[in-house]
Amino acid sequence: MNITLKIWRQKNRDDKGKFVTYKLGDVSAEMTFLEMLDYLNEKLIREGADPVAFDSDCREGICGMCGLYINGRPNGPRKGVTTCQLSMSAFKDGDTITVEPWRAKAFPVIKDLVVDRTSFDKIIQAGGYISVNTGAAPEANAIPVKKENAERAFDAGICIGCGSCVAACTNASAMLFVSAKVSQLALLPQGRVEAKERVRAMVQAMDELGFGNCSNTGACEVECPKEISLSHIARLNREYFTAGIT
Amino acid sequence: MIKLDAKIPEGPLSEKWTKHQSSVKLVSPANKKKLDIIVVGGGAAGASAAASLAESGYNVKVYVFQDSSRRAHSIASQGGINATKNYKNDADSDYRLFYDMIKGGDFRSREANVYRIAEISNKIIDQFVAQGVPFAREYGGHLANRSFGGVQVSRTFYAQGQTGQQCTLAAYQALMRQVKAGKAKIFARRDMLDLVVIDGRARGIITRNLITGEIERHSAHAVVFATGGYGTIYYLSTLAINSNGSAAMAAFRKGALMANPSMAQIHPTCIPVLNEYQSKLTLMSESLRNDGRVWVPKQKGDKRPANEIKEEERDYYLERKYPAFGNLVPRDVASRAAKERCDEGYGVGETGLSVYLDFRDAIENQGKDAIKSKYGTLFDLCEKVTGINPYKEPMRIYPASHYTMGGLWVDYNLMTTIPGLYAIGEANFSDHGANRLGASSLMQCAGDGYFILPVTIGDYLADQIRIPKIPADTPEFDEAEKAVKDKLNKLMSIKGTQSPTSFHKRLGHILWTYSGMKRNEKGLKKALEEIKELQEEFWRDVRVAGELYELNHELEKANRIADFFELAQLIVLDALNRKESCGAHFREEYQTEEGEPKRDDKNYSYVAAWEYTGDILKSVLHKEELIFEYVTPVKRSYK
Amino acid sequence: MSNIFTSSVGKKFIMSLAGLFLIIFLVLHLSINITLILFKTPETFNKAATFMGNNPVIKIMEVVLFGGILLHMIYGAVLQIQNLLARPVRYKKSNYSQTSFFSKYMLHTAIIITIFLVIHLLDFWIKNKFLGEVHDITYADGKTYHDLGALVIERFQIGWVVIVYVVLLLGLGFHLHHSFQSAFQTLGLNHKTYTPVIKALGVIYSIVVAGGFISIPVVIYFLK
Repeated sequence: MNITLKIWRQKNRDDKGKFVTYKLGDVSAEMTFLEMLDYLNEKLIREGADPVAFDSDCREGICGMCGLYINGRPNGPRKGVTTCQLSMSAFKDGDTITVEPWRAKAFPVIKDLVVDRTSFDKIIQAGGYISVNTGAAPEANAIPVKKENAERAFDAGICIGCGSCVAACTNASAMLFVSAKVSQLALLPQGRVEAKERVRAMVQAMDELGFGNCSNTGACEVECPKEISLSHIARLNREYFTAGIT
Repeated sequence: MIKLDAKIPEGPLSEKWTKHQSSVKLVSPANKKKLDIIVVGGGAAGASAAASLAESGYNVKVYVFQDSSRRAHSIASQGGINATKNYKNDADSDYRLFYDMIKGGDFRSREANVYRIAEISNKIIDQFVAQGVPFAREYGGHLANRSFGGVQVSRTFYAQGQTGQQCTLAAYQALMRQVKAGKAKIFARRDMLDLVVIDGRARGIITRNLITGEIERHSAHAVVFATGGYGTIYYLSTLAINSNGSAAMAAFRKGALMANPSMAQIHPTCIPVLNEYQSKLTLMSESLRNDGRVWVPKQKGDKRPANEIKEEERDYYLERKYPAFGNLVPRDVASRAAKERCDEGYGVGETGLSVYLDFRDAIENQGKDAIKSKYGTLFDLCEKVTGINPYKEPMRIYPASHYTMGGLWVDYNLMTTIPGLYAIGEANFSDHGANRLGASSLMQCAGDGYFILPVTIGDYLADQIRIPKIPADTPEFDEAEKAVKDKLNKLMSIKGTQSPTSFHKRLGHILWTYSGMKRNEKGLKKALEEIKELQEEFWRDVRVAGELYELNHELEKANRIADFFELAQLIVLDALNRKESCGAHFREEYQTEEGEPKRDDKNYSYVAAWEYTGDILKSVLHKEELIFEYVTPVKRSYK
Repeated sequence: MSNIFTSSVGKKFIMSLAGLFLIIFLVLHLSINITLILFKTPETFNKAATFMGNNPVIKIMEVVLFGGILLHMIYGAVLQIQNLLARPVRYKKSNYSQTSFFSKYMLHTAIIITIFLVIHLLDFWIKNKFLGEVHDITYADGKTYHDLGALVIERFQIGWVVIVYVVLLLGLGFHLHHSFQSAFQTLGLNHKTYTPVIKALGVIYSIVVAGGFISIPVVIYFLK
């Protein structure tokens, strides 16, 4: 198929940037979106032009490195996929596809479609862990964990830190990301000990880093490639208030 | 002349590690504060090591090429992590895990190392659970287990099909905690381009800041490589597309030995190649073989849809050939068997290069819900990539490059032949011999990182406490920086016509054809010639777009591929040298009449460690003889 | 505790509590107003309005109410400003996510409600309370009441006033449609079984309240 791409090009952090239009023929529906971009880049290189910079690593939807804002949605039109898992069969001949980087104050653009997500690391640094030194762990079965809780913790723990939630949110809020970690650790007895301090510190870090506020639109849940539930945001809220009043 | 000394402690196998721990030199907490350690790589091994070292008091600097250490490819490990808890009461023990690994590795690994990892496997699970890994649980709240390829007990701990993700994130979080505490520092988006050796000791690294393109110097008292495997050398692999062998090659050029470089595992259960544009292959966890049955049609070239092929027309070839282990034979065996069937013309799918993995019977026996709870995420993944719904029709699988057992040679302390340079996790060669068993990679990464390195590194650093901060303005740093800059400038200046990726594809094709699942002398020699030619063409005609001092993925790729050419030649050299078939290394000249591998313990019971001499083809072979005191190498049979 | 007033989550908490209070107030308000069209004369309405105007507890609540509205508005504005700052460079093509329609326009409906409030307060509350433009009326119990009902009926004889009210009240309805369930979510009350119920209640509530208020000027215009 033939497609038209409108891609955000920006030389570096300080450059103003602009959209550049590319026509691309012979695109196969079997390609993934990133393979299509690889294909575009091979063409640009042959033509002596500068290839489009975008991040990707595992290309199987687990590392969270890739992530593009495609036609007004993070990771394009399909549900529950990362950008690297998006198949070109989601588009048809003659389509115009607008590709933008994640937009958020906390995710500055580095080049073209590459953004800086170290703010997520900083949120985790604030408290997204259980403070146990190597060697200090008790026998694994010493503390039973309710099966249901372990499963729910897993459902939150599968967050890949890609930033789709921030990208999708009309307020550029990181609540789904933060809540996934808060919720995972709050659901496990091992994590309960520091639950209060954790939720306070992580919310504070999130606020300081310039993310927006949650207004419960649910766009994050819809666009999360791992389909993490809004109920984790509710749990974060709950954890936060009990931490505040007790 | 390097003399290999594995420094294996004296004493009975099961007491070696305990004894060693009580005899290694120690560094006092006050002195640890004065010592800097560089860790390159932030995956399951790198992050766990960095966190543990920082917790104990060292100043740790971590370098990753991604934007965060959470992205490292350990995150993609799916099936699980082994431990000898024996929660299933199936008579498991450290010895059994040790034996399974030694045998699985086809008696080409070091007894003492393997026993140690089995011994500490339980502590790893304890640690992960305490760190909040949501492992699967039974209704009573206790940990659940499943079995895995190559073994007959259920000792694998898992978190659906995302065990690696959960464990890696736990280690990452532990590292983030140390970053907050100020004991560890992360240098993200940095490519390690060279190792700096001063007076024979590893003292620093040269990195390229991938955002600005600046070349930077970093110094420390010791350097740890947790840089993973180089399976991407085959171009298509289950690895992340940026995984590479450059760190290993940098160390190799500076005098570290590369051990068993040709031992590359081809994983049997991957989604087959679908088209020519494909940039990577997706792994389907080996755990699927617990309940899935592998088959091909009994009739050659049968193109009917799988569900229309009747039971009696199906050849469950693994169950037929290996009745004792059936679908749970180790990876090398399963991969070769699939290749054999496809080569004979029984393969399915459009290309004929795939076999079925069928869950029909499992769903019938256990119910859809039970299968869903075990493999739900994997089935979804399969449907996303291929459009095949494994609840309704069998998946199609084919082997793909996955893991490299080979790597930097290390002694019992995980130190390479360069004093002060350590290699942990997949980057070293130590625990998996000629073939790695499932669910043992995370185990080794975490074992090395959490429990082994933090102990053994003290043995070296205890002598370093009087050395003040290592300056980064020495001639050695100047020289290394210059070499890096020269190489990058050269790559930029060629301005040829072909992209780095196009060379990578061709290199991968050569290796896959001649040095993949089956090898022979003629092919390997041909491969050497072709690689050499391609390498020359690369240095003549590669086109690196963009500029040196900016974010430039093309330059990153070109630099990695330049190293792959050398590594590829080393792989082929090693494969040529090993005139036997063992584990993943199958030489067609050395097989039984039934097509099973023929190992040669008399002549090849050694670790092949290669030393760089300035010309890759003239690398010198050193042999570390493998002495088996506690097991007797037997013919590895899964029949 | 101070986090509750300064952090993002805390501010939202206060906003949702104020919002829930307003949600309850609206029910009370509607139940009094609806008597205007349920009964022939505005007697019940006038009696209730007078009671509301004189009862000391309600008088305190009136202050609380205005406080609640102000708090809700101020916090809403602060959060909104932060939200805008969180994305300094906007997308060229955005908001195609398949999510609740009403939730995307909370700011817009909030502005409509603010306009409504100003008009509404000028129209009735100020006239009644401060300008003394409301006549007195004596009912069978011998007591004298402000005939606020007459004023309302008089206002809603004018076509454009009715149209303005209907349009602005629709804005209120849209706002409530999202806010009812949103408040519960912000307070951390999310449950597998109950959340769908709350969401349904929210929809019913917004339709009943907005519909109820809208019916008053419409019915008055056409029937009285």
